[in-house]
Amino acid sequence: MKQATFHGGIHPSYFKEFTSHKKLIQSNPPSQVILPMQQHIGAPCEPIVKKGDVVKLGQKIGEPKGFVSAPIHASVSGKVVAVEPRLHPDGRKVLSVVIESDGLDTLHEDIKPQGNLESLSPEKIRDIVGEAGVVGLGGATFPTKVKLSPPPEKKIDAVILNGAECEPYLTADHRIMVERAEDVVYGLKALLKALDVQKGYIGIEDNKLDAIEAVKKAVGNDANIEIYSLHTKYPQGAEKQLIYAVTGREVPSGGLPMDAGAVVQNVGTAVAIADAIKIGMPLVERVVTVTGSVIKEPQNLLVRLGTPFKEIIDQCGGFAKNPGKLIMGGPMMGMAQFSIEVPVLKGTSGILALDEEEANVPDPTPCIRCGKCVNVCPINLLPLYISAYSLNDAFDKAEEYHALDCIECGSCSFICPSRRPLVPSIRVAKREILAKKRKAK
Amino acid sequence: MSDMFLTASSSPHVRSKEDVSIIMRDVVIALLPAFICSIYFFGMKALTLTLVAVLVAVGTEALIQKLMKKPITINDWSAVVTGVLLAFNLPAGAPWWIALIGSVFAIAIVKHAFGGIGQNFMNPALAARAFLLASWPTRMTAAAFTWPGGADAVATATPLELLKGAEGVVGELPSIASLFMGNVAGTIGETSALALIIGGAYLLYRKVITWRIPTIYIGTVAVLTFIFGQDGLFTGNVLYHLFAGGLMLGAFYMATDYSSSPVTPRGQIIYALGCGIITSAIRLWGGYPEGVSYSILLMNVAAPLIDKYTMPKIYGEVKANA
Ligand code: SF4
Ligand code: SF4
Repeated sequence: MKQATFHGGIHPSYFKEFTSHKKLIQSNPPSQVILPMQQHIGAPCEPIVKKGDVVKLGQKIGEPKGFVSAPIHASVSGKVVAVEPRLHPDGRKVLSVVIESDGLDTLHEDIKPQGNLESLSPEKIRDIVGEAGVVGLGGATFPTKVKLSPPPEKKIDAVILNGAECEPYLTADHRIMVERAEDVVYGLKALLKALDVQKGYIGIEDNKLDAIEAVKKAVGNDANIEIYSLHTKYPQGAEKQLIYAVTGREVPSGGLPMDAGAVVQNVGTAVAIADAIKIGMPLVERVVTVTGSVIKEPQNLLVRLGTPFKEIIDQCGGFAKNPGKLIMGGPMMGMAQFSIEVPVLKGTSGILALDEEEANVPDPTPCIRCGKCVNVCPINLLPLYISAYSLNDAFDKAEEYHALDCIECGSCSFICPSRRPLVPSIRVAKREILAKKRKAK
Repeated sequence: MSDMFLTASSSPHVRSKEDVSIIMRDVVIALLPAFICSIYFFGMKALTLTLVAVLVAVGTEALIQKLMKKPITINDWSAVVTGVLLAFNLPAGAPWWIALIGSVFAIAIVKHAFGGIGQNFMNPALAARAFLLASWPTRMTAAAFTWPGGADAVATATPLELLKGAEGVVGELPSIASLFMGNVAGTIGETSALALIIGGAYLLYRKVITWRIPTIYIGTVAVLTFIFGQDGLFTGNVLYHLFAGGLMLGAFYMATDYSSSPVTPRGQIIYALGCGIITSAIRLWGGYPEGVSYSILLMNVAAPLIDKYTMPKIYGEVKANA
């Protein structure tokens, strides 16, 4: 087993102890699910059911439009009660299919095992993964099928499973590796076959020794799969940092992992792929870590997609005190929510509730040029300058300082003693630069 | 629960506890050993000078911010740091009003006229020292240097003046041990290399500063003063050059001043090299015995330019061009 890491990064408090030893538990079946037609990066789906239709569990209800897209399936059986825009965790209203559960979970007849891995061709695996609506479950929600279909000129020679889970608080991937190690490895083998690659890697942060042990056992003496114990440091799980830690290669600026010959998938995604092949079950459920100082009983729950946050939180005993902030995902890159009525999506790795004090956003003071943001940036950017240029509307200068290469990991904002709004201002710069580029075309 | 108020600010949602006041307080803590030494060696005069400088620095900052109707930020401890550093750059024989004028100049002109914390392109304490030196040369040099523990009125040469063998300077070179401990003539905060190194180690440990500026600065001076020794090449009295004068104070506490030094890793290396080269040149061949202040001030001026031309190679950059 190899020990690996990357340059830069930070050591936030992890708070994983709330849930790291809590077994995965099936959440109560929801009475109603809200399934937005946008649960992945890329073009939204088009609903193929209408109000009044009766649907079965696992039935496709959203058809992908465009190459970068993934179908959406019913996560309960029952009746479609609405097809209308509903509040989405990203803050907008998005066309959603709302299904009233009949409590029966009647399985759709298409759902059946797809045969064993040896008998499946690479094309067939890609199709199964695509049809099952699998997307990157780490939070980025990039459609997996697209990653499995690299252009022929890109030579892929490494498939890396991301078990770093470097975000504080989150333990979903950790529990998946401990409890479903066999399927993690099965999923990796399916990925290797689909991409016709020999070498598979699994990177796990060294604060999850039980996960490393479990996965090691599942790998057995398969010489083609290597486990990397990764230094516990944020953002160890960022694609570029992981690729560097494992292969020593850098993804070119402006490029994709495949430009470095690598495909990265989250461990949860591998399990979803295993389910899609072994049972034939599309992605209708995922593990969500429900945690934070104001959640009464933090848990790792297996949640049906479309379940409102509120129901999930209630199952965890509700709020111990008034929450100040509710976050979808982890505290470093997650998205703050206005409402607890939004549904769990394919990309919901965690529901994190912070108390009012933790939610307090301190006022920024002038930059003291301490250079700490420079030292922690894993991309080697100069966040203080990009941010200053952005705040002065000097977006050309921000571009010169490589604003577009920022992976928005938040390390710079985390460390800044002056509480500068570094990431938000860099995001603004990125948006402006891209808008200008589009115009120029 | 429906009337719950949820903050919807942008990520990240957690932040390090360390803020500006914690950093500046760490600097003050790091300066304590040298402060104690200054009182031990120079007595009440050191205490008075430091107190005056700190109180005036803080008072000036509060007054200016009040007049300019800006938020008063004296509890960020940065004015305290400037006050202590300014005092440390004064000889024990300096009158109290020198500390007062220096502090007002450092805070009002060098810091706030350029926009306050983080905006000043020169180290305020050093700029003030240069100003005082130009305005009251006799109050700031030889005549004001006293031999620690000796009678106040007896002015003595500093080790560097002795080393340089300047005309009219007589006296025995102190032992390396007293040099290291600080039992020599000099400004009140610069003499004890030991105390300054202890504080510097604390700053490194607390990650307030990185190793680059102090080690490269000190290393450059060591190498150059060894090569260009008094008795020919490679005969230099390195330990003397390291422990005498303001090198330790400058390298750990003033060249590392955030506002006036580069932030890029390569930039910090170039800057520290520059400080080391200029310091050595002034000490070896210049008209002054000591070169630390001027070298840092000169490199301060170059810092923005250095930053500009030393942008780090970003992740993935080389291969994109290949
Ligand atoms: S961390 Fe904050 S204060 Fe320090 S240089 Fe960066 S932006 Fe400025
Ligand atoms: S500039 Fe971007 S990549 Fe660098 S630390 Fe900040 S958020 Fe991360």
